[in-house]
Amino acid sequence: MSSTATETHGHGPGDGHAHDAHGHGHHEQNFFLKYFWSTDHKIIGFQYLFTGMFMALIGGFAVYAFRMQIAFPGMSVPGYGRVTATDYNALVTTHGSVMIFWVAMPVLIAALGNYLIPLMIGADDMVFPRLNRLSYQLFLLSVIILICSFFVDGGAFGGAWTSYPPLSAKPEYNLTPLGAPLWLTAVAIEFAAFLLGGINFVTTLMNSRAPGMKMFDVPIVVWMIIIASILFMASVGPLVAGAVMLLFDQTVGTGFFDPKKGGDPVLWQHLFWFFGHPEVYVVLLPAMGIVAEIITTFSRKKLFAYKTVIYTAVGTGALSFFVWAHHQFIAGIDPRMANIFSVTTLLISIPVAEMMFVYIATLFGGSIRLTTPMLWALAFIGEFLLGGVTGIFLGASGADIYFHDTYFVLAHFHYTFFPIAFIGAFAATTYWFPKMFGRFMNETWGKVHFWGTIIPFNFIFIPLFLLGARGDHRRIYDYTHFPDLMKPGMQDLRILATLSLVVLLAFQIVFLVNYFYSAFRGAKAGANPWQANTLEWQAPSPPPHGNFPDGLPNVYRGPYEFSHPDRQEDYWPQNSAS
Amino acid sequence: MSSFPRPIATTRSVTGISTGKLAVWWLIASEIVIFGGVLGSYVMHRIGHPEWASQAEHTNTWAGAFNTFVLLTSSLMAVLAHQAAEHKDGKKAAKFLYFTILGGLVFLVVKSFEWTNEIHHGFTLTSHTFWSFYYTAAGIHGLHVIIGLIIMAVIAQDAKKGIDLQRVEAVGLYWHFVDIVWIFLFPLLYIAK
Repeated sequence: MSSTATETHGHGPGDGHAHDAHGHGHHEQNFFLKYFWSTDHKIIGFQYLFTGMFMALIGGFAVYAFRMQIAFPGMSVPGYGRVTATDYNALVTTHGSVMIFWVAMPVLIAALGNYLIPLMIGADDMVFPRLNRLSYQLFLLSVIILICSFFVDGGAFGGAWTSYPPLSAKPEYNLTPLGAPLWLTAVAIEFAAFLLGGINFVTTLMNSRAPGMKMFDVPIVVWMIIIASILFMASVGPLVAGAVMLLFDQTVGTGFFDPKKGGDPVLWQHLFWFFGHPEVYVVLLPAMGIVAEIITTFSRKKLFAYKTVIYTAVGTGALSFFVWAHHQFIAGIDPRMANIFSVTTLLISIPVAEMMFVYIATLFGGSIRLTTPMLWALAFIGEFLLGGVTGIFLGASGADIYFHDTYFVLAHFHYTFFPIAFIGAFAATTYWFPKMFGRFMNETWGKVHFWGTIIPFNFIFIPLFLLGARGDHRRIYDYTHFPDLMKPGMQDLRILATLSLVVLLAFQIVFLVNYFYSAFRGAKAGANPWQANTLEWQAPSPPPHGNFPDGLPNVYRGPYEFSHPDRQEDYWPQNSAS
Repeated sequence: MSSFPRPIATTRSVTGISTGKLAVWWLIASEIVIFGGVLGSYVMHRIGHPEWASQAEHTNTWAGAFNTFVLLTSSLMAVLAHQAAEHKDGKKAAKFLYFTILGGLVFLVVKSFEWTNEIHHGFTLTSHTFWSFYYTAAGIHGLHVIIGLIIMAVIAQDAKKGIDLQRVEAVGLYWHFVDIVWIFLFPLLYIAK
């Protein structure tokens, strides 16, 4: 109690020495120092966000080019030209790795984590601001290396984002002698960046919460980002080790993954998926957290079973370390092992389903407001459900033998990742936009963008489910060479998927215009436009350097006290004393 | 360096553990899985290939044992530095940190003689997958030793002036971790024949 009192005392408005020092630095900062060399967690969050958005354009362009080749083999793709077989491999690889490593990770974890954690726990910054800046700079370095790899001799890496040896290890196979090591280096540097960021996030949450904020007063989205960061830290190590080994295989000719030299190519698959499967939950959990925030706010109702959500998230995280070998069912692993991994894989759907039920229970009996962020959150539940349910087929090793490497896998995967990386990210950007810029996004155009994304999304991947069930193999450059895969209707489905993709991409222009127009010209939003309880809404919009100009808040209650019977208003901010 | 205005967030300590120490613990947690990946792969290969013993017998067990002794002693010096820092004796802490650095340097010198000798006998990174593991695992460890030496030199410089003495304990934690990794590497690479 006494420590709480001293803390509030020592750091009241303006009299904290740190504040003074910040104030001094302010007027001498030029544009470059303010936006590129800043240690402010919000600016660093924006740096991650905008880099992620830029990379999404690259990933989106890559998928446009190779999907056009699949639908109309041999055509000269407008804006790209003819897609050769080598180009095709490079485009597929680029799309996959960019969307996961350079879009989903930076936007969902790094950008949101940086922006939200200090604000939502009532701190003025991260505990290590300069480490935070370094982490973004490392990330930027990885982006630059990756982009450079597009222009070297042989072009960008063409060994798929999973980078299985021997395809990835030998230039004779992947035909990208320089692209491969550059890609691997970029990925490894990016991991180092996120490790630094993750350590910063976890330490910040553990040590810098506002006075009075107990463990179970922390908003779900912060919990989720932290659990995801710990999952990342605990799972990425073997892949970092594997990346060093693969880099040696590529460049100096060691044989870690070469059976001729006593190595083992399946070892890479284990190292990769030991990271790769927890990685699914690394990005899923923040998206789940975003949805929890939005659903409670716009249902005006307390989150159903707050603690259960946290326990299930921890359970999901723990279980996610024991499912990785379901990617190797046909790689020659012991069938007894396949049985065990089938069981663990099917088990993991239970905690995830439980979170879904909690969200639906939160909606039940609430007074629902269908704003744009709420639409995205609801769409997340619906679309992710389809992704999860189709995973059951693939987790069962018997069915997976048939479905392995078909478009069914691909469609399942995109039904989970698109809701996570895009629906989740759009939900977050539309929800926190008023906080970030102090202005509203246009609701009408927001809804146009919503429907223009959700409808084509289903028209892309439902056809791909059907194709996969008919045996369509996923790594084929030109299907006209495979009569079995050119049965009546199959090419029509491919064309339908491609055209839907073009429509989906076109509607993203609506988002970009709405985003940047609203950032400067949108209707003014106050500090708490959604009447939410969490601490970030109690700071001004946009929050200044140091976040809370009236002194850092104290916390008196949990984050979801909506429609409390004793209160006039239907919300009760965490920091309001009465 | 220390003129950087620290945010209030850095000065808070809800857990009661200092923020720097907490961060080092998380750093160590993430490093454990990195070394776990290398060593796990190596152990699985050794189990699958008993014939690698014929390569492993060319490692110099005595050099490895001597290095183990050196690293353990340097860890003791790190503990003494921490003790001095607890008593706010920056000069003494710096002195013991320099002894720790000396231990790390001796370790690297022994290692470089060892590797030179092995490479001269044709046991290179690419000659056999055992040696690939040997150089990769010990190389990553050696990199950690070098990084530790640099950090300790910086911290000793500050500690001498009595600045940020809490860092002495944090770097000590890291150094013990580097030491413990070697405790795993030594039997796996040198003794298992």
